[in-house]
Amino acid sequence: MSTIGSDTVEQFVAADTGGRSTTIWWRAGAVTALLALLAALPLVASDYWLNAVLIPFLIMSLTALGLNLLMGYAGQASLGTGGFMLVGTYATYNLLLRLPELPLPVSLLLGGIISGLVGVIAGLPSLRIKGFYLVASTLATQFLLEWLFNQYGWFSNYSTSSSISAPRLAILGRDLSSPAGRYLLTLATVAVVTAIAVRLVRSQTGRTWMAIRDMDTAAAVIGIPVASGKLKAFFVSSLVIGIAGALWGFAYLGTVDARSFNLDRSFQVMFAIIIGGMGSIVGNYLGAAFMILLPILLDHVGTRLLGGAIDAGQLENFQRAFFGALIIWFLIKEPRGLAALLSQAAARLAPLIERRSRHLRGGRA
Amino acid sequence: MSFFIETLVGGLLAGVMYSLVAIGFVLVFKASGVFNFAQGSMVLCAALTFVTLRDKEIPFWLAAVITLAIMVAIAILIERVVLRPLVNRPQITLFMATLGLSFVIEGLAQIAMGASVHELDLGIIDTPVKFGDVQVSQFDLVAAGTAAVLVAALSIFFSRTRTGIALRAIADDPQAALSIGIRLQSLWQIVWGVAGFVSLVAGLLWGARQGVQFALTLVVLKALPVLIIGGFTSIAGAIVGGLIVGASDSLAEIYLGNLLGGSVSTWFSYVLAVAFLLVRPAGLFGEAPIERI
Repeated sequence: MSTIGSDTVEQFVAADTGGRSTTIWWRAGAVTALLALLAALPLVASDYWLNAVLIPFLIMSLTALGLNLLMGYAGQASLGTGGFMLVGTYATYNLLLRLPELPLPVSLLLGGIISGLVGVIAGLPSLRIKGFYLVASTLATQFLLEWLFNQYGWFSNYSTSSSISAPRLAILGRDLSSPAGRYLLTLATVAVVTAIAVRLVRSQTGRTWMAIRDMDTAAAVIGIPVASGKLKAFFVSSLVIGIAGALWGFAYLGTVDARSFNLDRSFQVMFAIIIGGMGSIVGNYLGAAFMILLPILLDHVGTRLLGGAIDAGQLENFQRAFFGALIIWFLIKEPRGLAALLSQAAARLAPLIERRSRHLRGGRA
Repeated sequence: MSFFIETLVGGLLAGVMYSLVAIGFVLVFKASGVFNFAQGSMVLCAALTFVTLRDKEIPFWLAAVITLAIMVAIAILIERVVLRPLVNRPQITLFMATLGLSFVIEGLAQIAMGASVHELDLGIIDTPVKFGDVQVSQFDLVAAGTAAVLVAALSIFFSRTRTGIALRAIADDPQAALSIGIRLQSLWQIVWGVAGFVSLVAGLLWGARQGVQFALTLVVLKALPVLIIGGFTSIAGAIVGGLIVGASDSLAEIYLGNLLGGSVSTWFSYVLAVAFLLVRPAGLFGEAPIERI
C-alpha cells in the first residue's frame, strides 16, 4: 500500500537485470565522475552562481536528506526541521567560539551530534502519538527552540541583535571563506553524508525504519524494535539537519539569527522531499533543486516580463500564487515525486540504449 | 485575586476566538480526512472580501451574503481542482496540497484586493463591562456569544438535517456511505462551503479585533494546539481545547513570562498540547483509531 519508498523495488530490478557487480562498478564510476565534475565547478562558475545557486542548493539537499531519513524512510513526519537547523548552527558556533582548538570538521560533527540529541528528546512523543498529532507536536519543538535562541543571549555570545556571524572557516590552516572554499566545504560534507546515508538505509537500521514506516503496529508484532528505531531515526535525521543548519548559517548566509530558521524553512524542506520523492536519496537533490531554482527563475522571469508594469509587492503575490499552484499540480501529477519521474524516464530509455549498443556491436538480437 | 480572575476570563474569551478557527479545521477533517492548512488563508480571504465590499458602501448584510457566495464558490473550486484528483492519496500529500493552496489563495486574494491593513468596524461597542471587581471586554463577550450560536447551529445541522447525517456517515465510514448511495463529492463541496462560512465568521471577528491584514493567516498556528488538545474530529473538543489554550496562554504570559523573562505565548500552548497528547494520544475528544494488521 505504501506509495513511498522505491528503494527495495529498485534493488530487485538491479538484481533482475543481472550483472550486479558490473552495475556497482558502473555506479561507482558515475558517482566519481559526477563528484569530480562538481569539484571542478568553481573553476568555471562565477561567484554569483556559487553563492546564490550552488551552495544553497547543496545545503538544501543535505537538509532534505536529513528530513527524508526521518519522514520518507522511518515514516515520522516532522515540522521541527528549522529548529534542528538552529540547534546545529548555534551549537557549532559556540564550539568554534569556545573551543577554538577543535578542527572545523570536528566542530561541525559535534554540533550535529548535539542537534541529534535534541532530536531524540523531540522524538520522544513519537513513541506514543502518530500522524498529524505528531506533526503538530513537532511544531512545539520548532517554536520552543526558536524562542530559546532568541531569548537567551548566551547562545549568541551576547551579541546585540542576538544574531551570530560566521567564525573564520578554515581546515588545516587553509582559509575557506572565499565562495569557492565554502562551496568545496559544502560539497565535501554533502558527499560524505550522502555516502553514509546510502549505506545506512540499506542496512539493518534502514530496514527497521521502512518496516516502521509501512506499519509500525505490524512491525512491533513481528519483533522489530519500534521504539529504538524511531528514536534512532530522530537522532540521525536531526544530526544531518543540524550539520546542514550550520552550513546554511556559515557557508551560505554568513550572519544568522533565530528567524533564519523559522517555520517557513521547515515547510520548505518538507516541500523539497515531497516534490523530490519520499524514501528516495536522489529525490532530495531533485526536490532541493526545484525549491531553490524555481524561485530564482520566477524572480528573473517576473522582473523581465512584468518588471515595469506592476510593483514589487504584487509581483511577489503573483509568484506566491504561481508557486502554490505549481506545487499542487506536481502533487497531482506525480505522487512519488521527481525521483519517480526520473526512474520512469530511465526505464524507458534503457531498452533503446541497449538496442542501439547491440546494433553497433553487430551482435545477435 | 480579581486580577487573576480577570486574566482567566479574558483568556477564556480569547480562547473562544481560537475555537472559531479550529472548528473550520474539524469540519473538513471529519468529512474528508484532509488536514486543511489553508483554513487561515480562507479566514483572510473572507475578511478581505468583506472589507473590500464594505469600502464600496455596500450594506452589511449584502456584503456578508456576497462574501459567503464567493467562499462557497472557492470551496466548490477546491473540491473540483485539488481534492478530486488527489483522492486516496496519503494524508500528508493532501496536507501539503492545502499548504500549496494557502499560497494560491493568499497570493490571489492580495492581488485582487491589495495587501494594506484595513479597519473593520462591526459596530460592536468595545467598552469594558464590570461584573463586581472583574472587567470583561464587551467585544469578547459578543465573540463568545457568536461562537455559541455557531456551535449550536452546527450541531443542529449535523444531527437534524439529511445532509448533516450524511456527512456524519461519511466521517464514520466512507466506503459504507458510498455503498448506500451518498454522494461523496457533492457533500465534500458542502462541507468545504460550511468551512468557508465558518471562516467568514472567524474572519469578521478576528478582522474587527486586529485589523484585516496578512497576519490573519497566522491564527492557524494558534488554532493547531486547540485541535491537538480537543482532538481533530470533535467540535466540542475544539471549544474545550480553545478554552484551555486561551486560559493557559494568558495565565502563562503573565506568570511564567515574568519568570522566564520573555514572551512565552509562541510556544506555551504547543508544549501544553504535547503534554495532553502524552496522556490522551488522540486528544481529549478524538477517537483513537483501531488498528488492524
